Amino acid sequence: MKAPLNWLKDFVDINVGIKEYVNAMTMSGSKVEGVEDMGEGIEKVVVGKILEMEPHPNADRLKVCKVDAGSEVVQVVTGAPNVRTGDLIPLALVGAKLPGGEIKASRLRGVESYGMMCSMEELNLTRDYLPDAPEDGVYVFAEDIKLGADIREALHLDKVIEFEITSNRPDCLSIYGLARESSVALGVPLKKPEIRVKEEGSGNAGDYVSIEIENPELCPRYSARIVTDIKVGPSPYWMQHRLAAAGMRPINNIVDITNYVMLELGQPMHAFDFSCITGSKIIVRTAREGEVIKTLDGQERKLDTNMLVIADAERPVGVAGVMGGENSEITDNTKVLLLESANFNGASIRVTSKKLGIRSEASLRFEKGLDPELTVKALDRCAELIELLGAGRVVRGIVDCNMTKKRQDTIKLDVDRINALLGTDLPAEKMIAIFRALEFEVDPDTMLMKIPSFRSDIENIADLSEEVARFYDYNNIKPSLLSGKESMRGKRSYKQRMEDAIRNTMCACGMNEAYTFSFTSPKVFDNINLPQDHPLRRTVVISNPLGEDYSIMRTTTLPDMLRVLAINYSRKVETARLFELSYVYHPVDGKELPDQKSVLTLGMYGEGCDFYELKGVVEELMAAMGIADYEFKPEKEDPSFHPGRTASLIIGTPDSKSQKAGVLGEVHPEVAEKTECPERTYAAMFDVSLLIDASTLARKFKPLPKFPAVPRDIAVVVRDEVYVADLIKAISKAAGDILEDVSLFDVYKGSQVPEGMKSTAFALTFRSPDRTLKDEEVNKAMERILKSLEHQFGARLR
Amino acid sequence: MKQQLESIQKEALKKLETITDIRELEDFRVAYLGKKGELTSILKGMGALPPEERPLIGQLANEVRNALEAGIAATRDRLIRAAREEKIRQETLDVTMPGRARKLGRKHPITIVLDEIKDIFLGMGYEIAEGPEVELDYYNFEALNIPKNHPARDTQDTFYITEEVLLRTHTSPVQIRYMKSHKPPIRIICPGRVYRSDTVDATHSPIFHQVEGLVVDRGITMGDLIGTLEVFAKGIFGEDTKIRLRPHHFNFTEPSAEVDVSCWGCGGTGCRICKGEGWVEILGAGMVHPNVLREGGVDPDVYSGFAFGLGIDRIAMGKFGIDDMRLLFENDIRFLRQF
Ligand SMILES: [Zn+2]
Repeated sequence: MKAPLNWLKDFVDINVGIKEYVNAMTMSGSKVEGVEDMGEGIEKVVVGKILEMEPHPNADRLKVCKVDAGSEVVQVVTGAPNVRTGDLIPLALVGAKLPGGEIKASRLRGVESYGMMCSMEELNLTRDYLPDAPEDGVYVFAEDIKLGADIREALHLDKVIEFEITSNRPDCLSIYGLARESSVALGVPLKKPEIRVKEEGSGNAGDYVSIEIENPELCPRYSARIVTDIKVGPSPYWMQHRLAAAGMRPINNIVDITNYVMLELGQPMHAFDFSCITGSKIIVRTAREGEVIKTLDGQERKLDTNMLVIADAERPVGVAGVMGGENSEITDNTKVLLLESANFNGASIRVTSKKLGIRSEASLRFEKGLDPELTVKALDRCAELIELLGAGRVVRGIVDCNMTKKRQDTIKLDVDRINALLGTDLPAEKMIAIFRALEFEVDPDTMLMKIPSFRSDIENIADLSEEVARFYDYNNIKPSLLSGKESMRGKRSYKQRMEDAIRNTMCACGMNEAYTFSFTSPKVFDNINLPQDHPLRRTVVISNPLGEDYSIMRTTTLPDMLRVLAINYSRKVETARLFELSYVYHPVDGKELPDQKSVLTLGMYGEGCDFYELKGVVEELMAAMGIADYEFKPEKEDPSFHPGRTASLIIGTPDSKSQKAGVLGEVHPEVAEKTECPERTYAAMFDVSLLIDASTLARKFKPLPKFPAVPRDIAVVVRDEVYVADLIKAISKAAGDILEDVSLFDVYKGSQVPEGMKSTAFALTFRSPDRTLKDEEVNKAMERILKSLEHQFGARLR
Repeated sequence: MKQQLESIQKEALKKLETITDIRELEDFRVAYLGKKGELTSILKGMGALPPEERPLIGQLANEVRNALEAGIAATRDRLIRAAREEKIRQETLDVTMPGRARKLGRKHPITIVLDEIKDIFLGMGYEIAEGPEVELDYYNFEALNIPKNHPARDTQDTFYITEEVLLRTHTSPVQIRYMKSHKPPIRIICPGRVYRSDTVDATHSPIFHQVEGLVVDRGITMGDLIGTLEVFAKGIFGEDTKIRLRPHHFNFTEPSAEVDVSCWGCGGTGCRICKGEGWVEILGAGMVHPNVLREGGVDPDVYSGFAFGLGIDRIAMGKFGIDDMRLLFENDIRFLRQF
């Protein structure tokens, strides 16, 4: 809401500097977003009158003028094509300051010039502010203005303060409402204007029109006045300038007056050409099936039966609270008008204006819920201004159809509860003073207060506490720290501790954390080779997305990880190691909300990155989470991954209880190509809740070995397709208890190893916890191992 | 013979001084003290002496042997020390050359800031609660005192799935979920991802992260809220940080406030970060609205509470001087590795 300072000053004396005022308003809840000083940088520019004008002796297009500046007459050379003798113009005197620079005495083609006549642009003003300014040339005043007057006063160049008004305070969407807040914030009285209407029109308003409200729940009150002998024309400068400064374009005196009253009091008004109201009847009703109306902006609007309209005996003449109809618009020929001032249900106006796509100054106010008492006051103010401007003759009386329901209008001022909620110790007198300034009527005996009709936001003790707090100043409340409250232990849940462990382990393994968007494009599934009937293609769909690329909630994180890798690759980042701990969203039949599953995603390419590097990270993760019972199995079915270089992570044995917790491997070459990732790109995804279920924080100490270890190596030749994991399992089983550790240290293929075979070499460590092992024992174990390998895998000792 | 011994000692000790390596020293030892060494052979010739001279010469011979052995030991020490010094000299490194880093990964700046926030509140006895991102309109709006078609919905452009299901616009719905399942006293923070229909630019993102705080107990005051926010602001932005509350309106709190911290860029004198104001707005807060307590199953005549909500992304940007929000979601390794 833009409020010109001088308009506010009509209702409250603001005798402090602008900075202090802005601070007082902001700190009491009317946040100031900015202050624009329209006259900033303009000095020594006055209203001048052109007394004489002669052609320039040396230049055809210049004229030499004698201009009366009030205190002196100066000679000015001008090139403006539009000025004539007798014109009143803005005159910048020698030494004047304009946004474009300072004015100096000069010679123009040999003739002295002591000033400059100014155009709209030179005064840094817009056409909204000076609608009658010429396209090219000096601004000429159309009204009679005192010679020599400072241009800032003559053109009402004001300081305009922009307030942020919260949705609970529609009363502050008005100059008067803001003046009321100002008066409390500054501790000065509010100047309540007395509205006087002469009512010189003939007859009574009730003789002209009758009003009927069919839907009182949507329109609790409709008030109207009749004005005859209308003279449509421009409104005076002061009004035009105030409207423009507040952000509304001046149109003509009638429209301007209704807008002026809306800005001043917060009540939107509408003026109908009464000759267009068929049957002398206003009916407030919902639209009939199939009804249409052409609104003031020239658009044909289809109405639905939930929309409230203002109708005459035959047809709608306006969409209630949103926009008037073209069929009853004020024109230059309008002789009699009907002024509407009504109160509508906020939610209904909001729905209608959204459906029609019209957000007007009127609808923005109505949808927040206005004070029903305001309709008559606004009509009177309107009438007063019409009389003041000589725009018409106001007919006696108001036709007022008031079906307002009585609402809660008293509340108890419970001083103790307010102090208890705020943590303050304010005396009752102080609170009473605040509420009286806010126009509450307080009975100091019962402490009952009458809530003013414009404060429908006040309902309970919390609302009262806020009123007290904001004028006491929040920052005067003494900070405390839950003193006297039961002390509580802060803690992370097990799940949260595990998530921290995952992040820490990932970082320790050189993986950098990524954050990607949770919504994505339905096209990503094609990129990762998912078949058309794949269950992951069933998604939660956003009905109003920012675009197709952000239109579904993701069911897999792989495309996002690949996109991040591709971005890094395209930027010539040589090596990228990334992880993300995030969610996927799976629709669940019969449930409103999807299943939100936590996923750990890994991705890497570049130096040192291969399948085993990735697997090593996963193994470290298993260790960090205390998961011992797991294995990797070849994964050949996942369409996004290389079928020969991918494993599933299986948690829990035996197989009947085991679950697949995720997949890790090289991205399928076709997927890598489609996603513009490097050829060798590695990725992994894990179901975090499965990992957490299998995890433990428990660790048990095992005594350090007291007896020496016996190391042995064994190398066997087996067929290529034999898995090392199976060999290790067989070795462990055959060796028995005394085998402490077995690890693969070499895989060799080539000369001396037959085609289709490989040599695998293992380092074995034998140890007993309670004695020194004898060579003989170890030899026997080695024999068992070899026999078992021969038997199961056809292995030959190398 | 006495003279012979004395001259051997003199000559040998002199020779020792010239020895420069350990092998030479060993040769020396053998030459004098070895089985065929000079001293040994002299001692072997002692049998030819008259018996009365023997003890005397024997004692002298022992003294010479002791002197030589001491000399050898001292020389060995000298040689070892010299050799070590030489080795040290030779293997001196250019310590200004770059280190060979074990490249640890880095946490995302949002995680880093969130971890700091969690630590502050865990220290004050809070638990960490979570809730779904795809949420019911009821929890996101209605239970928070924002009925359908309320103009307050304008300030939170919402992504809808259906009429009743949406992407949560703030972490506040967790308040209601938690109150419905836990009895006071309640002290929680709820971090999480939130969604608003903003197009992506340097200062806006349709996805960002918030932390919600909720305290409900008997006799919770606005002073408690202010004190808590002070601890938070000092913890995140430094001990000298001040906070300022401005009255505002949120449907789910009353009284409500917007909270500014003294600018981390200039300390309050005014700079580009704070647009000359000296203050930067970082969060919204207030006393939980009685309707919200009631909706959560808490009696507002018995209990009161405060709540606050802040944007982690903005704080991370402020703390680290990140000037473009898009960087947070682009995940350029060269960006991520700066934190
Ligand atoms: Zn600053």
